[in-house]
Amino acid sequence: MVNLGGIRKEVSIELVPQAQVGDYVIVHVGHAIGMIDPDEAERTLALFGEMSAMAATESAA
Amino acid sequence: MKYIDEFRDGDVARRIADRLATEARADRQYSFMEFCGGHTHAISRYGVSELLPANVRMIHGPGCPVCVLPIGRVDMAIRLALEHDVIVCTYGDTMRVPASDSLSLTKAKARGGDIRMVYSAADALTVARDNPERQVVFFAIGFETTTPPTALAILRAQREGLKNFSVLCCHVLTPSAITHILESPEVRQYGTVPIDGFIGPAHVSIVIGAAPYEHFAEEYRKPVVIAGFEPLDVMQAILMLVRQVNEGRAHVENEFTRAVDRDGNLAAQQKVSEVFELRPSFEWRGLGEVPYSALKIRPAFAEFDAERRFDVGYTPVADNKACECGAILRGVKKPTDCKIFGTVCTPENPIGSCMVSSEGACAAHYAYGRFKDIPVKVSA
Amino acid sequence: MNARDDSKGGTVRAGYVRPLDIRNGRIDMGHGAGGRAASQLIEEIFLAAFDNPFLRQGNDGASLAIPQGARLVMATDAHVISPLFFPGGDIGALSVHGTVNDVAMMGATPLWLSASFILEEGFPLADLKRIVQSMAAAAREAGVAVVTGDTKVVEQGKGDGVFISTTGVGVVPHGIDVSGAHARPGDVILLSGTVGDHGVAVLSQRESLEFETTIVSDTAALNGLVADMLAACPAIRTLRDPTRGGVATTLNEIARQSGVGMLLDEAAIPVKPEVDAACELLGLDPLYVANEGKLLAIVPADQADAVLAAMRAHPHGADAACIGSVTEDPHHFVQMNTRFGGRRVVDWLSGEQLPRIC
Repeated sequence: MVNLGGIRKEVSIELVPQAQVGDYVIVHVGHAIGMIDPDEAERTLALFGEMSAMAATESAA
Repeated sequence: MKYIDEFRDGDVARRIADRLATEARADRQYSFMEFCGGHTHAISRYGVSELLPANVRMIHGPGCPVCVLPIGRVDMAIRLALEHDVIVCTYGDTMRVPASDSLSLTKAKARGGDIRMVYSAADALTVARDNPERQVVFFAIGFETTTPPTALAILRAQREGLKNFSVLCCHVLTPSAITHILESPEVRQYGTVPIDGFIGPAHVSIVIGAAPYEHFAEEYRKPVVIAGFEPLDVMQAILMLVRQVNEGRAHVENEFTRAVDRDGNLAAQQKVSEVFELRPSFEWRGLGEVPYSALKIRPAFAEFDAERRFDVGYTPVADNKACECGAILRGVKKPTDCKIFGTVCTPENPIGSCMVSSEGACAAHYAYGRFKDIPVKVSA
Repeated sequence: MNARDDSKGGTVRAGYVRPLDIRNGRIDMGHGAGGRAASQLIEEIFLAAFDNPFLRQGNDGASLAIPQGARLVMATDAHVISPLFFPGGDIGALSVHGTVNDVAMMGATPLWLSASFILEEGFPLADLKRIVQSMAAAAREAGVAVVTGDTKVVEQGKGDGVFISTTGVGVVPHGIDVSGAHARPGDVILLSGTVGDHGVAVLSQRESLEFETTIVSDTAALNGLVADMLAACPAIRTLRDPTRGGVATTLNEIARQSGVGMLLDEAAIPVKPEVDAACELLGLDPLYVANEGKLLAIVPADQADAVLAAMRAHPHGADAACIGSVTEDPHHFVQMNTRFGGRRVVDWLSGEQLPRIC
């Protein structure tokens, strides 16, 4: 059972046997095909953020 | 929606756009191909190309599963429904692909074919269980993302001993298609079609991992950046590609680290290799025969192979002569270079494969980007 | 209407007939044969629910008194939906709301409805009764009377339970001239609330798509809202309810009809987070998903605030928003500034909206 923004749908997790309740998965045609690594997601967002910090410094300069 | 909304933030997009404008060198052109239909869709739907500098151009690749499905394969599914009285189950997108005799699965359904749209391969199994007196064929299409669910369906059918379920397998492989494009004469001859790099698929890479792209980066000296399907992922990947080009590098980089690692989903790969093997050659709509670019069902699962169970041979059917889909899929031409784009060939009446799904290069441009071809006066 | 067809209106029956077995009974071919069974069905299910002076006369049609000098509006709508009962409504309520709204979108006050039913043999009487009662409640709430009707029965397998066609007649107040052809560059586009609720609620019940959500259909009669809006601004140019094809398709229709373009602001279009999530899951775009209780209004820019205030004061317009403006554009494109900061065309819906797989 996955929950996306309040929508609940049953999907198969046969392809991600390691998935635990509470994990974030990527769903494709009714199957979870991969997991989302929360640390990596934060890192990617921080990378976008870093860029904005850089841009801000530049525009201030 | 966590892990979605954060990746659609317009303020961050503008900052990446500023970065791109600074880093893209004014004295050169950048052309990148997004292989995957999911990226084409994101670029069109969110208006990403509006945020790119004028000298950065995105070329829409062939990674739209229904776009590359050849007419002859759709004909097989239609024959199964109309002549063999089979229940054909398929994904929604496939229903509208134009086939021979002005038919499509939607039109074949209107002629009495029992054709059902399913959301998942598992739903096709349910149809088979619910209709034991009928033969049920799952018309399986798609790249490495839809293949593992098809493998699971076949394995389950075998476990349950289902006698009325089989699969018309049209699963294709991403890396061979990219190689094919890189090998095409226009792309090889330096200068005719510059492709400076690729945005690597999101969901496909979750399954196959980042490693399969290392070969192109090295062999063809083309950078690849694997990106998620959200618009910020795409923007960031384009920035990473610009940087690689500027620095003269050609590496596989991964922007989508939150879901993709080097090896991919091994559990899924294992299921796929248990059920499928390589086809020596497969026809792609627009690209022609591409060696080792598709999968077929292993002999051990022959009873679940619709091509063996039913007498439906494959007959290749040529695309409409006026259609430029092949050149468009290879990045040689733009949709607007095609004479029938937007006139004879529209989403309501698609002639070529690129106009079929909203992920196709032509349909995406028609539905979302046409205004750019025509100057439009917006009154204040 | 041939002579043998006496299934119209109510016939006065003599003698005792055992009441319909609502709990276990089913529609059979006899209910459409025009005999006593048909007459009983009409009396016990339809007349009981719709009861009004027009029906009580028992004629084949309704005789309606038209106000002196009034302009009449007539609209018709056929209703087929699967499933028949969905979160927030059913085919009965929908068949009233759909037609009442079509009449109201012409700037008219809806007064009368006709209803014709095509029933499939084997359809449970209990379901029919529930649907008809829901229709009657919807009509009462909208202030319209179902003044005439008809019923036919088709063999099993030749219908999908029940199909309902309704026709509505209304009167346009003096000085009101609303049309899809009246949009002018510079006008403002107003939307009465969140988009996509109906489509998502119905899809959530479809076999094989099935998902759990608290979203319910927005199906509602909008004539009350329209009356308040016209009171605030009689110069409203265009009213239309974005049903099938959603907001995107309706705006394209108006753009073509009026010979104008449009520019929308994605960030201003209200979408419930759950609808957004369901669309994400299914690969749909909320702008193309059906609504049954929303309207789009095109109004002169200087009147937009007044109309918006009137909308927000009405329960069916609480989330109303200004979502864009009308532009001059010989190509009649509907364009949108995306929340992401880009711009794109919002095209007509092509074919049926199908879930994407990539």
